[in-house]
Amino acid sequence: MTPLQACLLVSAFLFAVGFAGAVTRRHAILVLIGIELMLNAANLNFIAFWRFGPHPEALTGILFVLFSMALAGAEAAVGLALVIAIYRHKKTSNLDEVKELQG
Amino acid sequence: MIWIVKNLWLIPVLPLVAAGIIAVHKQAARKRAAGLAIGSMAIGFLLSLCAFAATLNHGKQGLARVGEGPFREVFSFNWIQFGGQWMSLGWILDPLTAIMLVMVTFVGMLIFVFSVGYMAHDKNFMRFFCFLALFASGMLGVVIANNLLLLFISWEIVGLTSYLLIGFWYHKPSAAAAAKKAFITTRIGDLGLLLGMVWLYAQTGTLNFYDGGHGCMEKTALLKMATEATVGGFAVSSVIGFLIFLGAVGKSGQVPLHVWLPDAMEGPTPVSALIHAATMVAAGVFLVARVFPLMAQTPILGHGIMLDSSPMLIVVTWVGAITAIFAATIAVAQNDIKRILAYSTVSQLGYMMMGIGVGGVAVGMFHLITHAFFKALLFLGSASVIHGCHEEQDVRKMGGLKKYMPVTFAVYAIGMLALAGFPLFFSGFWSKDEILHHAHQWPISKIPFYLGCTGALFTAFYMTRQVALVFYGRYRGHEDSSSAAHSHSHAAHSSASHNHDPHESPAVMTVPLMILAGFAMVLGFVGTPAWPWFDGYLTGETVHLDFAKLGETAGLMSVSALIVITGISLGVFLYGKRQRQTAAEKDVLEAAQPALFKLLQNKYYIDELYEATIIRFNAFAAWLCDFADRWIFGGVVLLVSYITVGLAWLYRLTDENYVNFAFDDVCHGLRSGGAGISKLHHGRVQTYLRVIGVALVVLILLLVWGHMV
Repeated sequence: MTPLQACLLVSAFLFAVGFAGAVTRRHAILVLIGIELMLNAANLNFIAFWRFGPHPEALTGILFVLFSMALAGAEAAVGLALVIAIYRHKKTSNLDEVKELQG
Repeated sequence: MIWIVKNLWLIPVLPLVAAGIIAVHKQAARKRAAGLAIGSMAIGFLLSLCAFAATLNHGKQGLARVGEGPFREVFSFNWIQFGGQWMSLGWILDPLTAIMLVMVTFVGMLIFVFSVGYMAHDKNFMRFFCFLALFASGMLGVVIANNLLLLFISWEIVGLTSYLLIGFWYHKPSAAAAAKKAFITTRIGDLGLLLGMVWLYAQTGTLNFYDGGHGCMEKTALLKMATEATVGGFAVSSVIGFLIFLGAVGKSGQVPLHVWLPDAMEGPTPVSALIHAATMVAAGVFLVARVFPLMAQTPILGHGIMLDSSPMLIVVTWVGAITAIFAATIAVAQNDIKRILAYSTVSQLGYMMMGIGVGGVAVGMFHLITHAFFKALLFLGSASVIHGCHEEQDVRKMGGLKKYMPVTFAVYAIGMLALAGFPLFFSGFWSKDEILHHAHQWPISKIPFYLGCTGALFTAFYMTRQVALVFYGRYRGHEDSSSAAHSHSHAAHSSASHNHDPHESPAVMTVPLMILAGFAMVLGFVGTPAWPWFDGYLTGETVHLDFAKLGETAGLMSVSALIVITGISLGVFLYGKRQRQTAAEKDVLEAAQPALFKLLQNKYYIDELYEATIIRFNAFAAWLCDFADRWIFGGVVLLVSYITVGLAWLYRLTDENYVNFAFDDVCHGLRSGGAGISKLHHGRVQTYLRVIGVALVVLILLLVWGHMV
């Protein structure tokens, strides 16, 4: 098993954990945590493919990951603000009860 | 151009502005209203004098060459555009305008002053002065107009104010009816005027009277109209002249449209004096004088018959002569002091028309001007009498007023002698004599002359009768009022406040009377045969004092003087010698000739004739129109509406029972489909995510499976 494969396996596991959390949890913040996990799995993939790819001297993978981490920070800020707003509005953070988007 | 020509518009506009200002004032501002109206007339009078002076100076300064005709200055401006043509309006200053301006503003001013006294107790004082000022504005507009359209506009303002003022006491049914009658009767004539105006415009392309050679009263246009024939072989100029003359017939109360004028006496007496004696009714005569070139144009037609006089002037003469004698006979048998004067006005207007017909503008206009003064005097005198006798208008209930109202008696006598044409010292003598003189020389027929002479006899007679009944004998006003005083408490009250004796009017009323009386005497001397200044002034020729001419006409003058003296002595003999003792007593003439008297008293039954013919026909036509409107046209409209309603009902049935089924089904399907699909959108975010996850897995499996195959 090459190091790349090991990395990919870890990242796939991380993604699966994140996805499961995002899909199954009721609490909005836990769902956000799941989404962060999936993002980090993707970041791990970027790093792995860069490190073990054909041109490791150019810092392309690092650059992507830096962007995506900044994005994740922003996303967490917006997501948390949304969660607080929803909580203030509906006195709950249980996602099953937040169904305003239904058609 | 002299400044006065440019600013001539101020004369009619000032009273108009005054009327507008009065109209927005409160009822209580009486002094200001009267001041405004009289002030605007006074300024107008001063401006008119300036205009008059301008026309006078003209000849003396050598501005006019000999034979150029009278002074004439016009001012025109473009008013409205239709198609490619501009309709222009404008005013004119010539002797005709100037003399009328002076007369209207001066007489108007005096009557305004008189009205302050006469209307002092009326609660609608403000409205009265507003209308009076508006009237003055319209009348002055007629006078200065150099354009038939402007003249027509002002003419209609005059007609409107006449209506408003006749019906001033509109709560009296007779006044309201008289106002309506005046308005409708003159409207018949105005229709002719309007048609004539339109035709004139179609023929000449302009309505300006004088416009430096392009006006419709100037040679080119007149020749064009005179050479063209129309229906019945008449020249266009004659027919247009006739149509315009119809307007004059209506306004000036000529037979057969004279019926409104005596009824117009329902208005306040100053109104009768100003409008229905001195100025407005003269507007018709003035119109004929204004379009005199058109009237006098002899037709030049191809068929070789040359007429030596214009057919229109013949018509004017005959209408005038018939009116003169016709109204004079009616006046003999009237008992209302104002109606006698009204019929004498109709008769005198007939003389004016006849004068224009036989002798030209100057002859008719001279009588118009002198008549304006002495008729205003007579009417205001009668107003003073009526005022003094506590609103009594029946001459049978007056009498002996000489004692009670000496000033009024003196001026009234002067007016009466002027109207009767008493020789030498009264203006009516000279102006009437000039008309009769020209009628005598008229080549067509001598009959108008005889009619005029007979009319003069009657005039002298009925005026003597009136004066004898009103001012001489014994006061007969007490009789029935004293019997009524016992039964009516309010009559008793009024007899307590003033003991029913007639009283002299205040100075505000008598002073204008005296001024007018002065003019009624001296005005005649500007047009005597020895010194026909008035004639020369209007035609632009210079005249000299020549007593020899007096001798030439002396024969005719003595004849007319004889006629007048016969009339007066007849009146004195019949009414002065033996005064009636009671108001109910029969008239002397009635006792002698009951049938004839009744005929005259009922005005030849003209009103009844119109009632039986024109009005009945009109009522029938109205009924017919009403019937057609209600049943025929209304029926068609109803039918169409019912058809529409029926069709709509049919449509609704089809729509509801057939068309809607299919449509509703499709709609229902769409709605339930939409509802089903919208269930997918349940709003649970995590379920969406699950679906995405499952879809991803399926996608990956598909890809893997594709690689393996």
